[in-house]
Amino acid sequence: MKEGYELIYERPKSLIKVHNHYCPGCTHGVVHKLLAEVIDELGIENETIGVAPVGCAVLAYDYIDVDWQEAAHGRAQALATGIKRMHPDKYVFTYQGDGDLAAIGTAETVHAANRGENILVVFINNAIYGMTGGQMAPTTLEGQKTSTSPYGRVIDDMGAPVKIADMLALLPKTYYITRQTVADVKGVRAAKKALKKAFEYQKAGKGYCLVEFVANCPSNWKMTPIQSFEWTKENMFPYYPLGDVKTPEE
Amino acid sequence: MLGEVVIMKGNEAMAEAAIRAGMDGYFGYPITPQSEVIEYLAREVPKRGGVLLQAESEVAAINMIYGAGGAGARVMTTSSSPGISLMQEGLSYIAGAEIPCLLANVNRAGPGLGTIQPGQCDYLQTVKGGGHGDYHLIALAPASVQEMFDFVYLGFELAEKYRNPAIILTDGALGQMMEKVELKDEKLPKPDISWASTGKGKRKERNVITSLYLQPEKMEVINHNLQKKYKEIEENEQRWETINTDDAEYLITAFGLSARIAQKAMDILREEGHKVGLFRPISVWPFPKKGLSPLLDKVKAVVDIELNAGQMIEDVELVNRGRVPVKFYGRMGGMIFSPDELVDFFKKEVL
Ligand SMILES: Cc1ncc(C[n+]2csc(CCOP(=O)(O)OP(=O)(O)O)c2C)c(N)n1
Ligand code: SF4
Repeated sequence: MKEGYELIYERPKSLIKVHNHYCPGCTHGVVHKLLAEVIDELGIENETIGVAPVGCAVLAYDYIDVDWQEAAHGRAQALATGIKRMHPDKYVFTYQGDGDLAAIGTAETVHAANRGENILVVFINNAIYGMTGGQMAPTTLEGQKTSTSPYGRVIDDMGAPVKIADMLALLPKTYYITRQTVADVKGVRAAKKALKKAFEYQKAGKGYCLVEFVANCPSNWKMTPIQSFEWTKENMFPYYPLGDVKTPEE
Repeated sequence: MLGEVVIMKGNEAMAEAAIRAGMDGYFGYPITPQSEVIEYLAREVPKRGGVLLQAESEVAAINMIYGAGGAGARVMTTSSSPGISLMQEGLSYIAGAEIPCLLANVNRAGPGLGTIQPGQCDYLQTVKGGGHGDYHLIALAPASVQEMFDFVYLGFELAEKYRNPAIILTDGALGQMMEKVELKDEKLPKPDISWASTGKGKRKERNVITSLYLQPEKMEVINHNLQKKYKEIEENEQRWETINTDDAEYLITAFGLSARIAQKAMDILREEGHKVGLFRPISVWPFPKKGLSPLLDKVKAVVDIELNAGQMIEDVELVNRGRVPVKFYGRMGGMIFSPDELVDFFKKEVL
């Protein structure tokens, strides 16, 4: 470092130095960075196994420098269960979108949570199917237009947006469930703390932790990144309120 | 030296063999006629070590297998027809990512929910793919409870040798039938798992288990490599049994349970002076062309016998290529032919 300069920010070691494929302004990239920072800070890069979803984060394994497995759509938590049961001393996390976790993979999600699998689930809720081009997700808001709800989501016809974090919090074996955002700096700081806490709980053998990110998809929402953050705050936060949904009774 | 000899059900023999062979984990979902496997393991695994988990579905079970197998563990699941159908997507991923694991399909008669009675109607699903994409399972078809036991060892061995999923294709009758089994007391050696996703540990390079390659140029190479492996398996791992084929004028082709019944029919026909032999594929994939082909130059006709509408006959015909007439006799829906029934068919249609 140059004399007179102070290091205040650097790229996390565990974030692989490649261009990622995420659209400009997409929060997937920020969450990846936070995960890499937390893995660095805990020094667990050699003992961690990630499970990537099918969704925009399908190539997450290209970005974070740990061992990975790439699951079938919705099945990440079944893989994570298999991995963790064989390697109880390793850190295992899944990284999943809302379609992956709360539509096609609902059964795997509910039952991994119900068994209290000692894993971390990173849940990116962007209220839409990003990868397949903007179709309705289980979490799409009432009235929200998507390519398969072009006139807006009608609850009487398509069901209400699923608050899966709240559902899972009801299960006795879930340990820590929290809803976070990276839409602003304050949110980023809190989100990082939540991820770190979840890994620490896993180390202590506490069981199922889920960190939901109320996220964005500027491309399929057809907005600029800044508009998308504003839309998140105005529309997503009231329905998916930030903060801990379930905290350990200590 | 003779190993310990016991009497047990085919399903229990598979479970016992899995423990003895050194299975690290079993993930499964109950379904008749094979629930004895998970029930036996639920009693034994807590006492003898290993991981056992009843999954919430066959979809979850096969993906737990994918995860645990991808993390280097020796793992197994078992199911029956509808459950095996649910596993197909996962199996395709497992084959694509080259994860060793062992399955058993204790086949019941379909389609649909069908019946819990035995059938062989999942032959084509087993040997021609079942899930999406160009892949193969190594498929073994036992014809006795002893083979149910032995093929668990063989299945794990082949799966690990080729890093490929293997499957035991059996049926409800063999699964439920009680027979004498000589138990083995050996554990299989630990396979090389340097490729597995276990956490980097001291490794410099990280391991990523995936079947995704977005560039078609790369995906084609992956496919070529898989096909090369399948060729090698076809070259090395064809297995079959022949009985009375040396002087045979007529040949029965049958696998698994059908072969047992056909053998009785052959004995009756032999006693009456008809020169009938039996060809029994043991590996149904790779199909034992090497064993079958030379026999087809010597016999007058083939009778293919199966508990389905005629599935393995397609493979027999592919080897035969029109050399001799091939007739088919089958029963479906969980009905099982008797040896006499087969003898009658022979007399009416073949001799
Ligand atoms: C069995 C199966 N069905 C459908 C698909 C197609 N598909 C891929 S990703 C996806 C949805 C992705 O949305 P989400 O999980 O919300 O993640 P995002 O892309 O928004 O991050 C779908 C339907 C698939 N790959 N596999
Ligand atoms: S499509 Fe949406 S979720 Fe996917 S990378 Fe682009 S902005 Fe992100």
